[in-house]
Amino acid sequence: MLKLRDGIVELYRKVATSLPPDVEDALKAAYASEKKGTNAKQALQVILENVRLARETARPICQDTGVPVFYVKTPIGLSQLELEKTIIEATRIATEKIPLRPNAVDIITDKNTGDNTGIGFPIIYFKETLNSTLTIDLTLKGSGCENVGQIYKLPLEELKADRDLDGVRRCVLDTVHKAQGKGCPPYTLGVGIGASKDQVTRLAKDQLMRRLTDVNEFEILFNLEKQLLKEINDLGIGTLGFGGKTTAIGVKMGTNHRHPASYFVDISVSCWANRRGRLIW
Amino acid sequence: MVEEKLKVKKEKIINLPLTKKDALSLKVGDVVLINGLLVTGRDKIHKFLFNEKPSKKDIPFNLDGAILYHCGPIVKKTDGDYRIIAAGPTTSMRVEMYEHRIISAYGIRGIMGKGGMGERTLKAMKEKGCVYLHTIGGAAAYLADRIKKVVDVWKLEEFGMTEAMWLLEVEGFPAIVTMDAHGKSLHKEIEKQSFASLKKLVK
Repeated sequence: MLKLRDGIVELYRKVATSLPPDVEDALKAAYASEKKGTNAKQALQVILENVRLARETARPICQDTGVPVFYVKTPIGLSQLELEKTIIEATRIATEKIPLRPNAVDIITDKNTGDNTGIGFPIIYFKETLNSTLTIDLTLKGSGCENVGQIYKLPLEELKADRDLDGVRRCVLDTVHKAQGKGCPPYTLGVGIGASKDQVTRLAKDQLMRRLTDVNEFEILFNLEKQLLKEINDLGIGTLGFGGKTTAIGVKMGTNHRHPASYFVDISVSCWANRRGRLIW
Repeated sequence: MVEEKLKVKKEKIINLPLTKKDALSLKVGDVVLINGLLVTGRDKIHKFLFNEKPSKKDIPFNLDGAILYHCGPIVKKTDGDYRIIAAGPTTSMRVEMYEHRIISAYGIRGIMGKGGMGERTLKAMKEKGCVYLHTIGGAAAYLADRIKKVVDVWKLEEFGMTEAMWLLEVEGFPAIVTMDAHGKSLHKEIEKQSFASLKKLVK
């Protein structure tokens, strides 16, 4: 597992120090669309320059290297216990070598462990598949944007949100409006809808792993994603909340079946630095 | 190339420490480049200063006229020297409940971070003569390159690297004034405008 460990360290490096091409392209398009001399355009210029600089000097794009979240798809027969050990070891090495900012803080002692490992830290989700390869997806989820995420229980009178997709739409717009510039827009929004709180929160976060250019398998959701992206940008919050044309670069929705009595909507927000990457072993 | 283009809007150069007059001369929308010594402080520093109320002489750095930067940097120690690897801003709103008293008690003239702050801070800024400087969220490598030197650090043992108070020498550190000492806030304006747009979308 030694080589795999080094592979995971390199995955950490790639995810912390570079942006996925679809995200960088979307930021370039946002830059092109803003008017010269505006605060939004200047901010996007610095953001793009920073992305280039971080990649070239192999330094983290953002000092908040976030909570590492692993999605591991394993072939049948591969030990998840061993993999978990390898990921934790790789996390310690990556924290020291890249370096990442140590972000794991013990709730009881309030001490930072110093190496990004702790109880439930990093977050690791396993799924067994019929494939013969091991696939490891990693995202580094910054906390500025994590803090502006919301969960809703429909119906909700204050938003005039019924238990339907228009109700969901109202929740997404409410989340972005409440967030303003606090979570570093342009945002990517992950939306999860379903029967239970824990499930929709996970589902919303899963959506952030999708490429911005992918197409939702359900046409009605694909259309709603497009509509919401336009409406969010009509809010005019703009890059970093300075005002402007681009407040979000992506909206991605996922659904689970719900219970007749429940209709939960969770919205997970990513900052412009939606850092994700994949290792296939 | 990017550096040249950035000069579209003329920047104001500000040298630290700031006087009250300096703070009053800055207006919402001004783009500034900061030179001199600034201090970092985030969640733990704010909680500590607010609750423990250390006197000015108990703090090893002079905070009069200082800029307090909401930042938890990545710092590397090599051969006994600290080097800043990445140092973008953190969300300022988390310390809203503390900031007004910290501005009043320690003579701070500039708060720097991202996302802006609320009414209590805006009021304290107006009363005391202090501004909010919004720097570029997430631009951690770019901003680290504008930090020339780590001069000193306080509370490193107790609070750790992220939460310690770092005394940093910066040069040409960019920010935009989004809340000024005259009671104006860009964040309040954008909030109001976006609320009007929201109402049209959710009739």
